[in-house]
Amino acid sequence: MGATRLGRREPAKAQKPSKVGEVATWADDRHGLAALAKKNVRKVFPDHWSFMLGEIALWSFVILLLTGVFLTFWFKPSMAEVVYHGSYDQLRGIPMSEAYASTLEISFDVRGGLLMRQIHHWSAMLFIAAMFVHMMRVFFTGAFRKPRELNWMVGGLLLMLGILNGFTGYSLPDDLLSGTGLRIADGLMKSIPVVGTYVSFFVFGGEFPGDDIVSRLFTVHVLLIPGLLLALVGLHMLLLVYHKHTQWPGPGRTEKNVVGFPMMPVYAAKAGGYFFIVFGVTALMGGLLTINPIWLYGPYNPSQVTAGSQPDWYMGVAEGLLRIMPGWESELFGYTISWNVFLPGVVAPGIIFTMVMLYPFIEAWITGDKREHHLLDRPRNAPTRTAFLVAMMTLFGLLWAAGGNDLLAVTFNLNLNYITWFMRVAIFVGPPIAFVFTRRWCISLQRQDEERLLHGYETGVIMRSPEGSYSERHLPIDRTGAYILTARDRDEVYQLPAGADGNGVAARGSLKNKVRARLSEFWFADNVQKPTREELVAGHGDTDRELALHAGEAHPADGHQYDGRHDVAGDELRKH
Amino acid sequence: MTDRRDNEMAVPGNEDAALDPHASQPGDPIDNPGLPAHQPRPTDVDEAAEKRAERQVAAMFGLSAVCAVLFCVAYFALDIGSEPDMFGGIGAQNLALGLALGLALLLLGVGAIQWARKLMSDHEIVEMRHAVASSEEDRADTVAALKQGVDDSGIGRRPLIRNSMLGAVAALGLPAVVALRDLGELPGSSLEETVWRKGMRIVNDVSGTPIRPEQVEIGQLVNAEPAVFFATDEEGEPVYEGHELQAAKAKAAVILVRIEPSEISPLPAREDWGVQGILCYSKICTHVGCPISLYEQQTHHVLCPCHQSTFDLADNARVLFGPADRPLPQLPLGVDDEGYLVAMSGFQEPVGPSYWERGES
Repeated sequence: MGATRLGRREPAKAQKPSKVGEVATWADDRHGLAALAKKNVRKVFPDHWSFMLGEIALWSFVILLLTGVFLTFWFKPSMAEVVYHGSYDQLRGIPMSEAYASTLEISFDVRGGLLMRQIHHWSAMLFIAAMFVHMMRVFFTGAFRKPRELNWMVGGLLLMLGILNGFTGYSLPDDLLSGTGLRIADGLMKSIPVVGTYVSFFVFGGEFPGDDIVSRLFTVHVLLIPGLLLALVGLHMLLLVYHKHTQWPGPGRTEKNVVGFPMMPVYAAKAGGYFFIVFGVTALMGGLLTINPIWLYGPYNPSQVTAGSQPDWYMGVAEGLLRIMPGWESELFGYTISWNVFLPGVVAPGIIFTMVMLYPFIEAWITGDKREHHLLDRPRNAPTRTAFLVAMMTLFGLLWAAGGNDLLAVTFNLNLNYITWFMRVAIFVGPPIAFVFTRRWCISLQRQDEERLLHGYETGVIMRSPEGSYSERHLPIDRTGAYILTARDRDEVYQLPAGADGNGVAARGSLKNKVRARLSEFWFADNVQKPTREELVAGHGDTDRELALHAGEAHPADGHQYDGRHDVAGDELRKH
Repeated sequence: MTDRRDNEMAVPGNEDAALDPHASQPGDPIDNPGLPAHQPRPTDVDEAAEKRAERQVAAMFGLSAVCAVLFCVAYFALDIGSEPDMFGGIGAQNLALGLALGLALLLLGVGAIQWARKLMSDHEIVEMRHAVASSEEDRADTVAALKQGVDDSGIGRRPLIRNSMLGAVAALGLPAVVALRDLGELPGSSLEETVWRKGMRIVNDVSGTPIRPEQVEIGQLVNAEPAVFFATDEEGEPVYEGHELQAAKAKAAVILVRIEPSEISPLPAREDWGVQGILCYSKICTHVGCPISLYEQQTHHVLCPCHQSTFDLADNARVLFGPADRPLPQLPLGVDDEGYLVAMSGFQEPVGPSYWERGES
């Protein structure tokens, strides 16, 4: 390298450390982003495995957008009839819709097309599954409480739209299975009183199946719902950034702070890396696991169906409801109401969705809790909430199994009608059992926590007293562990407002308040509250006394000191 | 709190910040012990471990690039069209592309996370939360500004303008709804009609050949359709094709079964609807419209594969089990001059799922 060139480069070299700064200056001169970025470049996110569940949903949504765009380059959303002349021998020469033919083309004539189709379908399954599990995490830990109620509702909307988009997506290829799904959707629409027939005719562009539904669903699937999803995901993230992430209680972690790692560089690397891991796993699934092999089903034919038809997993609950509903219809002034379809197909999903959206407000009303919460609840410390979700999960699981009652009958060689009858009863009996069981389980765990706090942990060391009786030695748990067990709120049962004059006249509680007081009492019944400082001191007396009792014994170390909870520096090991 | 930004500056690596004055509340049995001291990782103290981690990350990134190249090789080297079902139905190219792409992405992701976990600083940082709500002052200012805006507009003082504006905006809903009118034709009586007519032959649904009673054996179920689906007009074009055929088929598909006549218990009005024990029913389930298909010849039960409604074909397709309420509509059968099975009329009630206007039949 010549000296002159070196010389010329010298000044540039002096500025080199501020290359990033130069770009930043350019951008800030025009947009003034520094003030915003200052706060967010090193924004802190707490670390916990359960906080990654929502991230899986976010990244599968990005994968859906990427692979979906690829698929639109070849997919033809048209129901016009063509005769297939592509690579797949078994269907050549058969008339089918352009939608089905172009899906075959993507699968067999576009290199990487089948892979993209399968990644798209797998990540759709994953998207909805991750949203469900993320929602359960948020529910179990009470992360939906004030100030995050709106974000919970945004999440609920995202889940509903995600499921809807999944359905529109697997209806697009116009194969036999997707056509059967649409036919069931048509039946659901027709069951709506008064307007049902019109809804069906307007959606399908005339009588089922018509020749409009695929192109209409295509617009809904690639434009309308993804647009809404994108906007709502943006809002979900924006609120997350504004509220800052919730965290588990622990030493140094309070309602007023958030402890964790900074956005740059740790979370940029972790979250960015996680995107590639989710994408990598779905790509491997797309390469190794066949999903929705539409070439085996054949084009849609309204007079055919295959036995064992199953929708995508997330429709299993709706399918189960539809299957176990008894055949009830009624006539009213010459009009038909199909309770057997309308209740499970339209009313039930509406009720479930409304319940999801309103839950944070219902719980806050019952508990009367108006405080902000940034520290998460351990599920055991909210026994009624935890039990409610487990009851709902039980209902979900039963309905999901009912959605495959034919497969259960075949697999386990059982009577289909008995399975259906079992499910009809079980959905009413199972959830209350799960509720009671879970609530008692949570309370037992709370009692165990209290036991550990007040009387220490079981050392496994059996002591013999001078009188000859045996007992297990308990030792106090360490301060950090004890702090974590006590870092929670005390429950406050809602009290009816006292009468204005306060002289014993019956409280002016309206019926609403009375119901609320009852519910609140039920909500917190039997919960174990954390001990007070005095109780803790009194409790520690036990273990301290025990320690003192054995203080003089000449075996300074019995091995249990090396459990990681005790300071062992300077201890002598027993010598044999 | 007038300026909440004061509170939210990150304090990188400053453990003192963990000792937040609000950390413990009165009544808490145990004081917050504060953030524990940072425990160094092997890569923080051992240079060899650090170098090893560095090599691991670089190796994963390198292998990822190799896999990306392998993807391209597989794209050009392997053929998809000829053997789509190779390797357990996966297809050779799909398998290779999926493995290469999946590993390229996974290695990139795992490498990045290894980098973050082993080599980037793992000092926990404390950031103070700001109050979610705005300050009282900001709220008052905003309310005042809103009030001033509303007052300036005079919307409260001029109900005539306000009400006429609301009326106009509401009226815009009408074009929004009316413009969607052409989404579909009105139902009219289309759900009550099928293409079946008196004298129309019943043909095999695949071959389109007409069926003689003696061709159907006892215990047999034949999937059938109206002959018009296989008919052509004067110019040799099919009468029904494309989506018109689909819509017509969605209502007109039928099943033929032959049952020992002594086992059939027809309704009084239906005694002559069968021919030598051959009965014809709509194939479209009365629940939500799936084509029923699973026939059990010993019991004459037919089951819908979608939601398992079960019908007894010997007993007027009565519902035995499942979510359907109404029996499958029956088509009256006869034999024409040439000895083929024909419909004696159309269906006498609407086929398929129930709907509001259906009413009692």
